[in-house]
Amino acid sequence: MKLDTNTINKIAKLARIRLSEDEAKDLLKDMNSILDWVEQLNEVNTDSVEPLANISSSTLPQRKDEAKDINSSDEILKNSPDKLEDYFVVPKVVE
Amino acid sequence: MSNLIKGNKHEWETVIGLEIHAQVKSNSKLFSNSSTAFGSRPNSQVSLVDAAMPGMLPVINKYCIEQAVKTGIGLNAKINNYSIFDRKNYFYADLPQGYQISQYKYPIVGEGKVSIDFKDGSSKDIRIVRLHLEQDAGKSLHDQNPTKTYVDLNRSGVALMEIVSEPDIRSADEAGLYISKIRSILMYLDTCDGNMQEGSLRADVNISVRKPGDDYGIRCEIKNLNSIKFIKQAINYEVRRQIEILETGGVIEQNTLLFNTSTGKTKPMRSKEEAHDYRYFPDPDLLPLEINQKDIDKMVNSIPELPDERKRKYVVVYNLSNYDASVLTADKSVSDYFDSVIKSDQSLKNSAKIVVNWITSELFSLLKENNIDIDNSPINPKYLGKLVKLIKENIISGKIAKDVLIEMFNSKQDPEIIIKNKGLKQVTDTSEIENIVDEVLKENKKMVEQYLSGKDKLLGFFVGQSMKKSKGKANPKILNEILKSKLSNKN
Amino acid sequence: MEFKSINQLKSLLEENKISVKEIAETYIRKINEKKDLNIFIYFDEDKINEQVKEIEKLPNNKKLKGIPIAVKDLFCTKKMPTTAGSKILENFHPTYESFVTQKLINEGSMFVGKTNLDEFAMGSATNTSYFGNTINPLSKKGVPLAPGGSSGGSAAAVAADLCLGSTGTDTGGSIRQPASFCGVVGIKPTYGLCSRWGIAAFASSLDQAGVFSKNVKDASILLEAIAGHDERDSTSSKVEIPNYSQNLNPDLNGKIIGIPKEYTLDGISDEINMVWENAINSLEKKGAKIKNISLAHTKYALPTYYIIAPAEASSNLARYDGVKYGFRSKDVNSLDEMYELTRSEGFGKEVKRRILIGTYVLSAGYYDAYYLKAQKVRKLIANDFIETFKECDFILTPTAPSAAFPLNEKQDDPIKMYLNDVFTVPASLAGIPGISIPYGKDKNGLPLGIQLLGKHFNEQEIINAAFALEKDYE
Repeated sequence: MKLDTNTINKIAKLARIRLSEDEAKDLLKDMNSILDWVEQLNEVNTDSVEPLANISSSTLPQRKDEAKDINSSDEILKNSPDKLEDYFVVPKVVE
Repeated sequence: MSNLIKGNKHEWETVIGLEIHAQVKSNSKLFSNSSTAFGSRPNSQVSLVDAAMPGMLPVINKYCIEQAVKTGIGLNAKINNYSIFDRKNYFYADLPQGYQISQYKYPIVGEGKVSIDFKDGSSKDIRIVRLHLEQDAGKSLHDQNPTKTYVDLNRSGVALMEIVSEPDIRSADEAGLYISKIRSILMYLDTCDGNMQEGSLRADVNISVRKPGDDYGIRCEIKNLNSIKFIKQAINYEVRRQIEILETGGVIEQNTLLFNTSTGKTKPMRSKEEAHDYRYFPDPDLLPLEINQKDIDKMVNSIPELPDERKRKYVVVYNLSNYDASVLTADKSVSDYFDSVIKSDQSLKNSAKIVVNWITSELFSLLKENNIDIDNSPINPKYLGKLVKLIKENIISGKIAKDVLIEMFNSKQDPEIIIKNKGLKQVTDTSEIENIVDEVLKENKKMVEQYLSGKDKLLGFFVGQSMKKSKGKANPKILNEILKSKLSNKN
Repeated sequence: MEFKSINQLKSLLEENKISVKEIAETYIRKINEKKDLNIFIYFDEDKINEQVKEIEKLPNNKKLKGIPIAVKDLFCTKKMPTTAGSKILENFHPTYESFVTQKLINEGSMFVGKTNLDEFAMGSATNTSYFGNTINPLSKKGVPLAPGGSSGGSAAAVAADLCLGSTGTDTGGSIRQPASFCGVVGIKPTYGLCSRWGIAAFASSLDQAGVFSKNVKDASILLEAIAGHDERDSTSSKVEIPNYSQNLNPDLNGKIIGIPKEYTLDGISDEINMVWENAINSLEKKGAKIKNISLAHTKYALPTYYIIAPAEASSNLARYDGVKYGFRSKDVNSLDEMYELTRSEGFGKEVKRRILIGTYVLSAGYYDAYYLKAQKVRKLIANDFIETFKECDFILTPTAPSAAFPLNEKQDDPIKMYLNDVFTVPASLAGIPGISIPYGKDKNGLPLGIQLLGKHFNEQEIINAAFALEKDYE
């Protein structure tokens, strides 16, 4: 058992996903079996192995510093579930 | 100079480290081609990438990389040939991707140092831990509506350089000097516009206090300060707050704080209460950044003269004091102006101190009164040079020169022309001055008697009267000599 | 009326034996007849008719003029909404066209609709979609079968003859496995061959676009249309794209084919091994040399994948927060509540499971043990292939460990579900190209696929071998 209810709730909070008690219980079972299963990687000796983050062997492509004509704010805001004038709108944030 | 602060029970030492966020001067954003211009309509400079539309991908701006490398060189730092862009994951309204692309384990620039200069002529090195490139977030507006927060993504994705110092700073003043120095280096390099009001340069300040010799205390971080004045105020307040807690037996809570500029107090940030776990990992949309040594060397050679170099030159070549030189070089525009003045005439090299005084006192106050930057000064540096020369050569007196400077400021004219048109040229012709002195002595016989009977102080009176008669144009030195000799002859 | 290939339909069009409008009408009718299979998330006759007018104006030399294509609903399209199979992208109308779909439009193709998929491509049966299961068109009466996944809708669309080709994405097998289940050709190119720009991301270091078709030649025609460099994708490769369809060559004389011993698994049906055996024999008959090879770390590919892919996904899916687009939960009082409820209501169970796994393996204290470890094992898996390809030209394996299974089977146990990708995931981790073609049937008459894996950017090699093998069943 890698996870307990407490940990799964903490992880869910980090991921901003609210879980019902049943969901949390269900996921706890699944995630524990998945984490037990991936444990087999410990059989592999990786002491002198470099981690592979991307399969591409080329270097980072770089673009010129040009500000191009881009989308109007209308286009950017088009799909927003809540907007006002030229702003995205979200529930009040208290800093 | 001791930086120790007296509490009620002990003396305390302040320990400060700064994270400076400097907006990279570039046309377009770090990973998208939307404009970085300030003050546009909300959400009008937002590309699909900046708004984190599904399937949008980052492509890095070459110029921003060069700017970071240049800055690293300016901070005497190690440029890393290999660096990685990571994702820093957290949720916030103005963070559209749900992560910020930043650099974590492998920053583009490593350890460096800058020196700060004190009034007493001493200086101190502040060590830099690293500089890395990252994306700015958008802007949340909390005060437009009682129940809503408005989000503007124009800044979202703008390139920032985060410059992290070691906790080498020991007072609010040192913090001020340090940030001024960084700002000055950035502006010399032209890698950041240094505009603190517009938020192009801002700092997070980590503060703790300890009894001298003790280990570091628990620190608090004050977020997002955007003026040197506020940084100093916030530090002074926070240091007092921490000392008070410790001296009354309390414990400092490690906290992220906000500084309220109207109350002058710090308070914990509510939204950051829960512990963060940013889950950094290499951004799989990007590849490692490799910079070859040849390109770095090329950039080293293209670095313009920096404040410290100029300062050394001013001290060695122009004989200025370390402090004068650092004041002059702090602002590149001022230093450039000074250089232009000196360059306008070879002979001014020996009058550098006078030039500095004219710039930092008379010119500065005129500029300040009229709210003009030195870059837009109506007084051509060449003309200021001429003015100093006119003073040196006794063509005009220092007092008249001040009036001439005002006239130069208003009319943008050559001082020589002003002097000629207004007949302000100093009288050095001894016979002319002798005539004036004779007249004055004749008109004030009683005073002459008093002088001769021992009232030496009256000399000043005769000088004043004679100067007045010459309309201020008599050369004061010659005038003095003539007066003295004439009066002693009467004895 | 059934069209067999792209070239057949193109000839009919060029000889004026059929019009673009008639093609549209034919496929609209076919799609309407097969609505119960739930293959399309978005299908609108008007949208097809609008395209007819545009396509008619195009010159005949456009490679895909009038060719009906179905698009996996993970590709953002300007004229049709995009959902990624998720409630969280409800009513999302992209203002942009993905690189791949734009290329298809440029060649004159006709988009018939957006196909169903596992939510955000996370699944192996097209059963995690918010828009319901897709049913495999090869299902026998009374026993609905899964089409595989995640690109199950796109594979089923070709199998049901609702288009001549379709786009898919493959992160761990999401093209090859459904191709095998539906009895069609599916190709996953080398990582970086086709731009990811405009495809909703699942796992950025693995995601790759590809195609489904009825035959290998069509797959090669479609692949050369969608491949190519894109400066908007930093991982897009700059290699020259060969003319795969013109270079098609079934001659296998002297080719060396690697047969990895690690792909013989316990508990896999004899039928699968039989199909594999048949393909080996056929290749040998065609002049190829068989070489037994070892890909030593194969066993660790699945657990590696199920750390890396969820980790990247947990971050990639953070942008679905209810602020800029898509679904937002109603009646929320704070920002955090908005996030939590939006994402709780907007994402399905499998997506949540993977986001949480991914969040966990990246979190402080666990990163090294899980994520970093997986990246290191990934390196070993990629090295296995690089070493092996020094001694063989391509590798032959089964595509999937089973034929299409009944819907709703395997749903309870995630690991059992993940085992579907056992033969496809290693190539994904190595970024090498793979193609699956139908090669025989099981005792129930369901198709079984065979997979060819090639060197980086050597798509031509595996296309040619597939082209040769395909002839065995013509």
